[in-house]
Amino acid sequence: MWRDHLTEIIVFTFLFLLVSAMGFVAARWRAPKDMAHLDEWGLGGRSFGGWITWFLVGGDLYTAYTFVAVPALMFGAGAAGFFAVPYTIVIYPLVFLVLVRLWSVSHRHGFVTPADFVRNRFDSPVLALLIAITGIVATMPYIALQLVGIEAVLKTMGVTGENALARHLPIIIAFAILAAYTYQSGLRAPALIAFVKDSLIYIVILVAIVYLPYKLGGWGDIFAAADAKFDASPNPNDGILLNGNNQLQYVTLAFGSALALFLYPHSITGVLASKNRDVIKRNMSALPAYSLLLGLIALLGYMAIAAGVKPLPGASAGSVDNNTVVPLLFDQQFPDWFAGVAYAAIGIGALVPAAIMSIAAANLFTRNIYKEYLKRDASPAQEANVSKITSLVVKVGAVACIVFLDPQFSIDLQLIGGVIILQTLPAVALGLYTRWFHRTGLIVGWAIGMGLGMWMLYQVASPTRKHFGGSAFPLSEFGFDTTKTIYVGIVAVAVNLAVAALVTLALRAAKVEEGVDGTEPDDYFADEGDPRVTPGTERDADSAREPVA
Amino acid sequence: MAAPEPEAPTTAPARAKDHSPWNWLLFIPIVVPLIPAFFNGDSPRVFGFPRFYWLQLAFILLGVGTTTLVYQMTKKRGGS
Repeated sequence: MWRDHLTEIIVFTFLFLLVSAMGFVAARWRAPKDMAHLDEWGLGGRSFGGWITWFLVGGDLYTAYTFVAVPALMFGAGAAGFFAVPYTIVIYPLVFLVLVRLWSVSHRHGFVTPADFVRNRFDSPVLALLIAITGIVATMPYIALQLVGIEAVLKTMGVTGENALARHLPIIIAFAILAAYTYQSGLRAPALIAFVKDSLIYIVILVAIVYLPYKLGGWGDIFAAADAKFDASPNPNDGILLNGNNQLQYVTLAFGSALALFLYPHSITGVLASKNRDVIKRNMSALPAYSLLLGLIALLGYMAIAAGVKPLPGASAGSVDNNTVVPLLFDQQFPDWFAGVAYAAIGIGALVPAAIMSIAAANLFTRNIYKEYLKRDASPAQEANVSKITSLVVKVGAVACIVFLDPQFSIDLQLIGGVIILQTLPAVALGLYTRWFHRTGLIVGWAIGMGLGMWMLYQVASPTRKHFGGSAFPLSEFGFDTTKTIYVGIVAVAVNLAVAALVTLALRAAKVEEGVDGTEPDDYFADEGDPRVTPGTERDADSAREPVA
Repeated sequence: MAAPEPEAPTTAPARAKDHSPWNWLLFIPIVVPLIPAFFNGDSPRVFGFPRFYWLQLAFILLGVGTTTLVYQMTKKRGGS
């Protein structure tokens, strides 16, 4: 009943409204004379320094869903859920090497999206369109997932209604506010709010990891409680350690997720908004502070086991919603006002990434669909306007996903999202290093990788569903005599690469036209203040240069 | 844009900056956290944490240390 949670609700609402006000004020923060340009609205003027980038990219990658779902996974499956830690360790060295190149070439040519880069690099509007659509499709369910995070909190506070509309009203209101300030302030809004979000999260987690083990009898007892729970469960793959069957899955999932994460358009948006290469490189050694936080948050799942938390019922009868274990743990163990702060941290934690994701998706639509196919001579002001409106449409779509579909469905979509965004790896990430692949080879590879990935995900069953039951594909399906499983995304992208390479060799032998590379080797090292930087509006004008292999 | 000849002298040092052998060190924090044999065990425990947990958390420090070292060794010095 919500009356029992009145203090929590008041604290939550107060903090939520406070950051919303900040979101509106953000338009004036570090703002130029003219906000009517996509660089300003969608990339914060490409001016963010070390601290802002740290909060922005961190706020982007560690979402409300992470804070709710990773401990929920630990609660349900044990060690397998800890994959989030190696996953967020291997990301940063990868970015250090790869994404600085994307920053440089984008800075030099005024690219706003990864598809802009692909279009110039491979001289292929079709490939760019595929990259843009892949990005938009993969991002939508990710935004919807942020709502799942808020919903878990609201549910715990007893804010639920009888029918679908009443149950979702608080989320609809929250997203309407979010949509309004994103529309007005663009990327500056999440950048400013990220400070508050992360400060709240750090406070809550530091208190939780000091106070809860003390209250629950120490870490030894917490791990013992988790061990006892998994020993008693019939599932052969849970436990506080990995077993022979799920190690390969653990490692490939961690690596594949790391590769996928920085291909997501919203992460690239965060990186492109920084003001120079130095800011990115420095951040790659400072951002892992969040990984430590994530590891500790993951262990909240075990604390919930030790504290005897019983998750709330799920959407369908007889199921349980593990996403509620962390909010319930706070509700049981902390005074009401502090639980309210923790809920606000999760709720606000949903807004920052949701805003950045909708901006990234909107930029993709504007640059690679609207400007490419609908209105080639769009002015910067028109681009900014289209992006603002698209960002609203994207958020309405995400809310509709939650209101009209089972939230579990969004979680499945997100799983698919990770696999499909990985299929942009050959064109975007490898494209930063080499133009060896033929554009048609990349298109064919993308199609085959995508098809294979979908087929594999369709085959994966779980105890509750026959298809799309997870991302762990049994190798026995390929005819291997083993019970091991592997992450679908890694297999799909490997096949994608192999196909792209074979088709490239064939096309090269047949001497098929390859198009003209719009970039040159030095572009990948350009830094702030480079004299050759062209404004985004002129990027089409400089496409006629000699091809570079 | 400008003709290629005048650009050549200014861009040559920029390329050298990116192709540092120090970058190879970055493969350590990419590869080590992905080898389960290192961390998939219970003992020794540290503060009650099985090895699986404390060692993977310690890999974060490995990542921070390596990226910081590489950043310091490869960043442009002075006004190059």
